[in-house]
Amino acid sequence: MDRTAPQPDFLRSLAIQTRVIGALVMREIITRYGRHNIGFMWVFVEPMMFTTGVLAVWSLVHTHAAKLPLVPFVVTGYSTVLLWRNTINRCGNAIEPNRALLHHRNVRVVDLFIARLLLEIAGATVSFMTLTTLLSAAGVMSAPEDVLKIGVAWLLLAWFAMSMGLLIGSLSAAFDPVDRIWHVISYLFLPLSGAFYMVDWIPAHVQSWALLLPTVDCTELLREGFFGTAVHAHYNLLYLVWANTLLLLIALFCIRRVSVTVEGE
Amino acid sequence: MIHLDSVIKRYRTRSGPHTVLNGVSLRIGKGDKLGILGRNGAGKSTLIRIISGAELPNGGRVTRLMSVSWPLAFGGAFQGSLTGIDNVRFICRVYGADFNASLPFVEDFSELGKFLKEPVKTYSSGMRARLAFAISMAIEFDCFLIDEVISVGDARFHEKCRRELFEKRHDRAMIIVSHEAHNIRDYCARACVLHHGMLREYPDVDAAYTAYNQL
Repeated sequence: MDRTAPQPDFLRSLAIQTRVIGALVMREIITRYGRHNIGFMWVFVEPMMFTTGVLAVWSLVHTHAAKLPLVPFVVTGYSTVLLWRNTINRCGNAIEPNRALLHHRNVRVVDLFIARLLLEIAGATVSFMTLTTLLSAAGVMSAPEDVLKIGVAWLLLAWFAMSMGLLIGSLSAAFDPVDRIWHVISYLFLPLSGAFYMVDWIPAHVQSWALLLPTVDCTELLREGFFGTAVHAHYNLLYLVWANTLLLLIALFCIRRVSVTVEGE
Repeated sequence: MIHLDSVIKRYRTRSGPHTVLNGVSLRIGKGDKLGILGRNGAGKSTLIRIISGAELPNGGRVTRLMSVSWPLAFGGAFQGSLTGIDNVRFICRVYGADFNASLPFVEDFSELGKFLKEPVKTYSSGMRARLAFAISMAIEFDCFLIDEVISVGDARFHEKCRRELFEKRHDRAMIIVSHEAHNIRDYCARACVLHHGMLREYPDVDAAYTAYNQL
C-alpha cells in the first residue's frame, strides 16, 4: 500500500479546512438543536422570534419617538444587535465543549470559532431577510430602498462581529474572566450600539464619538439603505474598514498565541 | 516518514514553565514499529500528541510525510454530547472518509450495538476505546499512534485488535506507548525510553527494558 505523501499546498489545505469547518458546523447544529421538531431551522427561527417579540412589545407600549416608522426601525435595530451580539457571545465558550475534537490534527482552534461564527451569522442573516420580506410583503412596513447598501452594511457588521468574536474567543481561552466581563460590556454597550437612535438625533459634539463605534456606522448605513432620503445618516466607511481590519489582525495574532497553549483533554 | 527534530514542549504551571520534552529527535520510516517506554508523567502522551499534530511544539520541527492517525487513547477524540454514530460521522467528515461505508465496520468491530445511538459521555472508558479503535480502523492511515489503548477490553477484544491492526495492517508504521512489557515486546522492533524530557533509542526492546527498569 503506497499512498502518496501529503504535500502541504494551499488548495489542499483549503479543501481540508472546508471539510473540517463543515463537519464542525454539523456538529454544532446537532448538539444545539437536535434532530427533533424543526431541528436546524431554530438557527434563524430563534432570532426571528426575538425580533418579533421586541417589535410586538414596542408597538404596544408606543414609546417610540415618532421620527421614523416604528416597525422598520425596530427590525433594523434588533437585527443588527442580534448579528453582532450572538456572534460574539457564541465565541466566548467555543473551545471547552470541543476540546476533545482538537485531538484530530486538522481540527484547529480557529476552526472551532469559524464554525460558530458562520452558524450565528447565517442565522441572523436569514432571520433578518425573512422578517424584512414578510413584513414588507404584508404591508406592515415599506420595502427597503437600497438593497445593495443594506448588503454592504450587513457584511461590514458581520466582519466586525467576526473579528470581535475571534478576539473575545481567543482572549477568554487564555484568560477566563474575559468572557464574563464581555457579557457585562456587551449589555452596557447595547444602548450605545446605534440600534435605538440615529446619530443625527444626538447632540453634535457627541456625534463624532458615536461614530467611533463600528456598530453605529454599520447601523447608520443600513438604515440609509432602508429609509433612503428619509434619514440623514452619518457614517465613515473608511474608518469602518480600518477598524475591522485592525481588530481582525489583532484577533488572528491572539489565536495564533492561544493555539500553541490549548490542548486536547 | 515522520521526522521530529529537536522538539521542545513546555507547559505552563502555577510554579512556572515545566519542560516535558527537551529536544526530542526521532525518525519513523514506513512500516516501523516503535515502542515508547517511560514512567508515569514522563511525557509519553505528550510526545504522541506532538507526533499526531494535535499539539504544537514550543520549539523544533515535526515533519509528516505520511498520514498519521490521531492518538488512540482511553479518552479524547470524541465530542461527549454527540452519539457514537454522530462522532463517527464527524470523524469521517474530518478525514474525508465515506461514512456509509465506514459505519457497518464500526458497528461490527466496536460491538457497541444500541449504545452507538447514545451520547459518548455516557460510555465507559472501555467502550470509548472500542469506538476509537473501530473508527481508526475504518479510516486508513500509514501510521497509527497507540497510547495504552490496547491494554483495555477483554481478551477477545485484544485478539480482535491484534488481528485487525497487527496482522491485516502489518505493513503500517505504529508507535505504541504502554506500561505493559509484553505489548511492546510482541509488536515492536524498535524501542525508546523517555526520561527527563529526553528520548533515547536502544538497540533492541530488551535493552530498552533493562534501562527502563533501572530508572
